[in-house]
Amino acid sequence: MSRRSEGTTVIKSNIISDHHTPNKGERTDYLAKKLLTRNKRQYVQNLTGKTIAMICAGLLVAVVVSITYFIASKGLTTFFFDGVQIKEFLTGLKWDPEGEPAAFGVLPFITGSFLVTMLAALIAAPLGIGAAIFMTEIYPRFGKKVLKPVIELLVGIPSVVYGYVGLTLLVPFIRGHFDVLGFSLLAGGLVLALMILPTITSVATDAIEAVPQDLRNASLALGATRWQTIWNVVLHSALPGCLTAIVLGMARAFGEALAVQMVIGNTTKLPGGLLDPISTLTSGITLNMGNTIQGTPYNNALWSMALLLLLMSFVFNLILRILSRKKLVNK
Amino acid sequence: MKKLSKMFIALSFVGALLAGCGSGNNAAPAAPAQSEKPAAQPADANQGSSEKPAEVSSEPVTAVGSTALQPLVEQAAKDFMAKNAGAQIQVQGGGSGTGLSQVASGAATIGNSDIFAEEKKGIPANELVDHKVAVVGMAAVVNPKITVDNLTKQQLIDIFTGKITNWKDVGGEDQKITLVNRPKSSGTRATFHTFALDGNEEAEGITEDSSGTVRKIIAETPGAIGYLALSYLNDTVKPLKLDGVEANGENIATNKYPVWAYEHMYTKGEATGTAKAFLEYIMSEETQKTTITQLGFLPITEMKVERTADGKVNQK
Repeated sequence: MSRRSEGTTVIKSNIISDHHTPNKGERTDYLAKKLLTRNKRQYVQNLTGKTIAMICAGLLVAVVVSITYFIASKGLTTFFFDGVQIKEFLTGLKWDPEGEPAAFGVLPFITGSFLVTMLAALIAAPLGIGAAIFMTEIYPRFGKKVLKPVIELLVGIPSVVYGYVGLTLLVPFIRGHFDVLGFSLLAGGLVLALMILPTITSVATDAIEAVPQDLRNASLALGATRWQTIWNVVLHSALPGCLTAIVLGMARAFGEALAVQMVIGNTTKLPGGLLDPISTLTSGITLNMGNTIQGTPYNNALWSMALLLLLMSFVFNLILRILSRKKLVNK
Repeated sequence: MKKLSKMFIALSFVGALLAGCGSGNNAAPAAPAQSEKPAAQPADANQGSSEKPAEVSSEPVTAVGSTALQPLVEQAAKDFMAKNAGAQIQVQGGGSGTGLSQVASGAATIGNSDIFAEEKKGIPANELVDHKVAVVGMAAVVNPKITVDNLTKQQLIDIFTGKITNWKDVGGEDQKITLVNRPKSSGTRATFHTFALDGNEEAEGITEDSSGTVRKIIAETPGAIGYLALSYLNDTVKPLKLDGVEANGENIATNKYPVWAYEHMYTKGEATGTAKAFLEYIMSEETQKTTITQLGFLPITEMKVERTADGKVNQK
């Protein structure tokens, strides 16, 4: 209310000065006064805005730091108190934390996580970038109006639903066609590919849209076909953005637990092929966390696996940083 | 418009963040408040004799743990709250290990578990009071298309350790055997491992934790074998006899069928107040005869034998 009334006074004073052809000095005086005096209300607004922003930022930093500290302190207990060798942990093939003697080899989990992520990226990257090209270069109106919302709808589906659909349709399908169990690396990769498709598509779309129109025009003016323009000019200059999209998708795939757990079989063994069951770090944690006691070596080993996941997400972030820096240089 | 929508997104994000913090703050003071209670309990138990009837208060009771026991406790809590206005009982799953560690640390009033506290490393079992409320049997379960309906214990061990990999070796059709296992930390696996496999190490197989998923996998995978608590059996899977003995209440009560486990509800110190009244309600004739039997468990009152934490069986 008060703002509006003040606004009117300003306008009024302007109108008045316009009408009564003016005493110019008076008007500049008024404006100068208005501009130079410290507006108390604005000051308070700025201060509250700043405080809220600072509190939020501080809170976020505190959360990130404390999560990292918590997971690291729990995860490192395995090595410092339970006497497990880091090398044995990372390269061991046997996982039997309650056995005599206990074995803490998580290599099968690590391998599973990497393989399923790579497979998902291999499937989803061409599809996602293809869809992005379609949406921006080939049929933008249909793409923006229909395809994009449809693909983004995939984000809203809970991951347990993906897992259940995978378990109900995909696993029996693979079993029926290949004479295997069905619970496999392939099933996990396919489910994950579908889940990361929206991420890859939307980030790649933004990257391709950001390519300046001049480049396309220049290419077409030189006599290049549309396909040549897309392949050699547009995709080439959007490459860092597309790589960012893929890495983002992979980061998501690496951390996904529920959907994957339901279709990969969770066999703690190195897979022999695409159709063998596997385990991932996330499925190992979710399957066992509820039944282990805090403070026991078993529980600590699960925290070490969580720490590994956290480190991997740092690595993914680092790659993203490097990629985005590359983008700047290219420009 | 664009700016406005961005603002809105940012605002809602901050809101969600604050809401998250809020709930975190609320949860924090609640836990210590509960953990003080068990400390006071032993004193009460010593002063007032146990003859005094348990009083129901509005103080919330939390029962956390075993997913196998969860449906039973949920049903009992619902009935109990309907009968005692003002009583508040919250039931959560999370697994036997969670139940035991939560009750030991004082974060939960009652810890539900399929296994004895003594069996789990890292639990101060002497601080906990055991309330055995029911018994549940576990059976080896196969895909309904498998023609075998009885296995000797040795055959079962050979199958689960990976020595026998084809159904034709135990009198079935020529079909590969697929193992469906539980995670190494599971209470159901521990029971099956001890009493059905005599402690022999299982071979690697498909591993799933939730009983519902295990049942679905066994029902849909040709040649699959796994194990389920009897409370989870239905028409989609087929339970096997062990050494010719069927897994039913009668055989479990006499330990003729040895693969069964107590369902424990642990409290830290003697139970008091609402928790005590609730446990008494579960142990009452009425609950044991109706709810427990209906949900596929065996009333503790019908057991003719007793089993100790180290697996020794005595006649009652």
